[in-house]
Amino acid sequence: MVESVVERITRGHFWDFHGGIHPPEQKFLTSNKPIKQLSLPKQLIIPLQQHIGQEGDLLVSIGEHVLKGQALTLSTNPMVVPIHAPTSGTISAIKMSVIAHPSGLSQLCIIFDVDGDDRWRKREVCHDIELLANHQIIEKIANAGIAGMGGAGFPTHIKVNSKVSSKPDINFLIINGVECEPYITADDLLMMEQSNAIVDGIKILDKLLTPAFIFIAIENNKPKAIKALQQATAKIEKIKVCVVPTKYPAGGEKQLIQILTGKEVTSGQLPIHAGIVMQNVATCFAINEAVRHDTPLIRRVVTVTGQALDKPQNVWALIGTPINFLLEQCSVQHIKNEKQPVIMGGPMMGFSVSSELVPVVKTSNCILVPSKVEMPSAFEKESKEVECIRCGQCSDVCPSQLLPQELQWSAKAKDHAQLKKLNLSDCIDCGACAYVCPSQIPLVHYYRIAKAEILEQQQLDLKAEKAKTRFEARKLRLEKEKVARHEKQKKAAAARKAAMNKATPEATGAKSAVAAALARVKAKKASKDQVQEQTNTPDSQTNLSSDVADDQKSQVSAAIARAKAKKKLKAEATNTLSSDNNDANKIVDALETKSTVTLQASVDDKKAKIAVAIAKAKAKKLNKTNDAAADTNKVTKHTLAVNMDAKKVVNIEDKKVKIAAAIAKVKSKALAKANKVNKETDDTSRINYPVTNNETQSKYKPAELVQTEQEDIAVSDSTGNSKNKNITESKPIISIDKKAKIIAAIAKAKAKNKLKEISLVEKNNPDNV
Amino acid sequence: MAFWIASSPHNHNHTKTPNLMRLVMYATLPGVLAQWYFFGWGNLIHISLAMATALICEFTVLSLRKKPISHELFDGSALLAALLIGICLPALAPWWISVIGTIFAIVIAKQLYGGLGHNPFNPAMAGYVMLLVSFPLQMTLWQPPLSLVAVDLNFTNTLYTILTGFSVEGYSVEQIRTSIDGLTMATPLDTLKTNTSLGLTVFESIKNPIFGDNFALGWEWINAGFLLGGLFLIAKKAIPWQTPISFLLSLFICSFIGYSLSPDSSASTMFHWFSGATMLGAFFILTDPVSGATSNKGRIIVGLLAGLLVYLIRTAGGYPDGVAFAVLLCNMSAPLIDQYTRPRTYGHLKGDK
Repeated sequence: MVESVVERITRGHFWDFHGGIHPPEQKFLTSNKPIKQLSLPKQLIIPLQQHIGQEGDLLVSIGEHVLKGQALTLSTNPMVVPIHAPTSGTISAIKMSVIAHPSGLSQLCIIFDVDGDDRWRKREVCHDIELLANHQIIEKIANAGIAGMGGAGFPTHIKVNSKVSSKPDINFLIINGVECEPYITADDLLMMEQSNAIVDGIKILDKLLTPAFIFIAIENNKPKAIKALQQATAKIEKIKVCVVPTKYPAGGEKQLIQILTGKEVTSGQLPIHAGIVMQNVATCFAINEAVRHDTPLIRRVVTVTGQALDKPQNVWALIGTPINFLLEQCSVQHIKNEKQPVIMGGPMMGFSVSSELVPVVKTSNCILVPSKVEMPSAFEKESKEVECIRCGQCSDVCPSQLLPQELQWSAKAKDHAQLKKLNLSDCIDCGACAYVCPSQIPLVHYYRIAKAEILEQQQLDLKAEKAKTRFEARKLRLEKEKVARHEKQKKAAAARKAAMNKATPEATGAKSAVAAALARVKAKKASKDQVQEQTNTPDSQTNLSSDVADDQKSQVSAAIARAKAKKKLKAEATNTLSSDNNDANKIVDALETKSTVTLQASVDDKKAKIAVAIAKAKAKKLNKTNDAAADTNKVTKHTLAVNMDAKKVVNIEDKKVKIAAAIAKVKSKALAKANKVNKETDDTSRINYPVTNNETQSKYKPAELVQTEQEDIAVSDSTGNSKNKNITESKPIISIDKKAKIIAAIAKAKAKNKLKEISLVEKNNPDNV
Repeated sequence: MAFWIASSPHNHNHTKTPNLMRLVMYATLPGVLAQWYFFGWGNLIHISLAMATALICEFTVLSLRKKPISHELFDGSALLAALLIGICLPALAPWWISVIGTIFAIVIAKQLYGGLGHNPFNPAMAGYVMLLVSFPLQMTLWQPPLSLVAVDLNFTNTLYTILTGFSVEGYSVEQIRTSIDGLTMATPLDTLKTNTSLGLTVFESIKNPIFGDNFALGWEWINAGFLLGGLFLIAKKAIPWQTPISFLLSLFICSFIGYSLSPDSSASTMFHWFSGATMLGAFFILTDPVSGATSNKGRIIVGLLAGLLVYLIRTAGGYPDGVAFAVLLCNMSAPLIDQYTRPRTYGHLKGDK
């Protein structure tokens, strides 16, 4: 098999691949001019990732000065390819910038200010590669940041590492110098000018991969390059320069393998599985530079071409050079067309750049600035697409033998299953179908969208699948844990039971211990209850438990009874006094107290009981007030102030007000009676009365009950009394909340029986007015 | 300079559907000229009528469908269909035949199915078959070659006949078709069929003047004209070669087998090739991409099937020629054929589709 392939190739016979097209060639624009060395640009924009794989870890920081060839990122993973400083200069920024990508994406880039010195880091030139072990060479290639320079940018050190297990023997090493895109001459010029360096690079690859044969494939439209390489490889038996017919896309990896070997790379596999490795000529050159001269991949040949340019030519561009700098070098100033497109890559597979600051990366081989005459379709922003007429020209030119017209329908219908059936994944995006389509359908565009959608769907499916397995695993685990728990509990219970039922002394001991513990707990509980009962005092506890309540009630009633007895004694004494001193202002207050007490004494027993409690508090307060209120004016003022306070509290605490009202009513009734007795005392204090009355009336308006009470008092015409009464009634409520509560509680409890009576009084009071 | 995102490829070979249609129309010229030379102005008048009708129909339907009229009216597809109908019709058929046929082809067979690219049947053949089925009398008003016709059929006389049914001199179409011997002349295919059914041998039949010196007087040159145009289209890569070649091959094989089995009752292979609508069908109708198969294998199968069907209809069917029916039957089977003739994709093993 291998022999027959070589025989055929030696005879100059090749296989053909399906389809293909012959777009008009424009290589003559640049193919006869040497590669130009450019002056250093002022600034470079170096994307961190320029290959298939991942970004490396940054080694430099902003403001740092770096030398030419110094690594800017570190490779920590085989899929990471480091990048290097293309010249000496300073890192001015590390930020997102538009990169060479069909979608105009932004990516993290190192913005590099060139200092112009172009000073190298220390280099170690290797004179004899035979001294190096394979792994050392691979390390050098990896550290030089070489990724496939033909377009895909696959990390080269992975591709050349034959030590990786499960890789078969390499039959063919194919060096791809086909360059089938109709404008690009970068590889062509490199082969013409650097044929020896390329062959040296090929020798390094030979050492690494030890292939049976090496083919250098060049399209027959590059006679100079063919000649140069034939001369350079004349003495090497193993290397054969293959001149293949010009047809787009002969430079595609799969197509070139088919042309040279007649084999097809099985769908979904890599060429290496068939014992074939393919490398681009520019990559070979870069490998040689890296291994022999310790020069990392910091520059590449770029074809700057198109009929819109004055001086189209190939240039040595540093990685990171913005395309506007390249275009300036090729005199692009005269371009007046505002819709002038700029394409990175060839006309068939390149992409229009979205900014003039897009930098040259390791895979950029061409900047194309076409004129409207040569490429009118590139100037049309809107698609001229019309209906597909199923002419089938697309499937005639498809190098993958797909059915582009059917794919197109399925892509438009988003029929992913059908797309898969039609092998959309085998489409290589070469664009031959769209090139020939008479309906001008942008077929590749539809496929790209469909591919992206399928990829997205696959990722979603994968995610869902993972989530499902996770969920199921969790469910299983929980189920297991539950079963295990139950099992454990069951076992423990059984063990306990068994231990107890055993007639051993330990068991009985355990039993009695449990019983003792239970008894102890019970005893503790009982004693606690007792203590609680004892500690419950009438003062502190308002909410009494039912069993304690009786006890307390009796205690309270006893206290009340005691107080009553005391008051009665006092009242009797004061009563006699008051009747004697009628004129003196000073005695007004005292009189009042006496009269209250008198009244209390005169009301029937049950009412008196309630009143007594109130009176107790009142008396206390009154004693205080009496001391201060030596002269009437002072008392009046005080009354006003207290009234204001009282009103507030009364307003807020409805219940209290009600209670207070009830009490007040009872009292006022009694007062009325008492006033009748002590009518004479009123005269002295008459001057104060109207003021107080007005004030109290206006302030008590919201609280109707209290108001009525006040009016009651007013009507009763006992000026001095009413004033002081106000004080006595409201003050306890305001200041001694707790006491009031107790009083209220007592009053409630006792007045329960008299509820009817009180309500009657309530009703009657307004009538009295 | 402008920066926007455009999808590759940025270049195009500048082919356009209207150009393709125009090229096909140009390629019919040799055949149409031969038709004019042997049969007079009749078909040219029908072609003009059909084209005018087609444009009006297309315009109306596109307006109703709110489609870009300037874009689609002159894409050439309607005109090509009209041209083919005009070529197929009997030269002296009344004017409304071509009008009705075109309306049916454009409005129903093409636009009602979604317009260009969506019609399952070749519009011209659908229109033709509709006429053949609906108006059998008018559709058999085949005129013998001018050299055999007694009436002077110049342009005005032909136009008058097509419009009124009678020539300026007052001859009816039927009378025009009658030979000096008083026999109504039909096409060679028709004649052969009739004669064979009457028990005459082919050898006896072809003594009829309509067969001329070679295979079929006039028809052979028309077919040669279409063959020439077809070869031009293949050279221009406007049509795939698979369909016409396989069709002709199939017809050749079938007729050869028939001729070998019973030379007396079977026409020769070349008679089948150069009479009727064989070449027109092979290069201009079966190659219609919209209603045909798309894969190369599929095209070959369609061609073989069409050849077989044409032969069967011509020899065993009720109609003298069978191209239109064969085309429609192939159109029906094309999607199925496509389904089973998908090419093997690169990198996929056989059977692993």
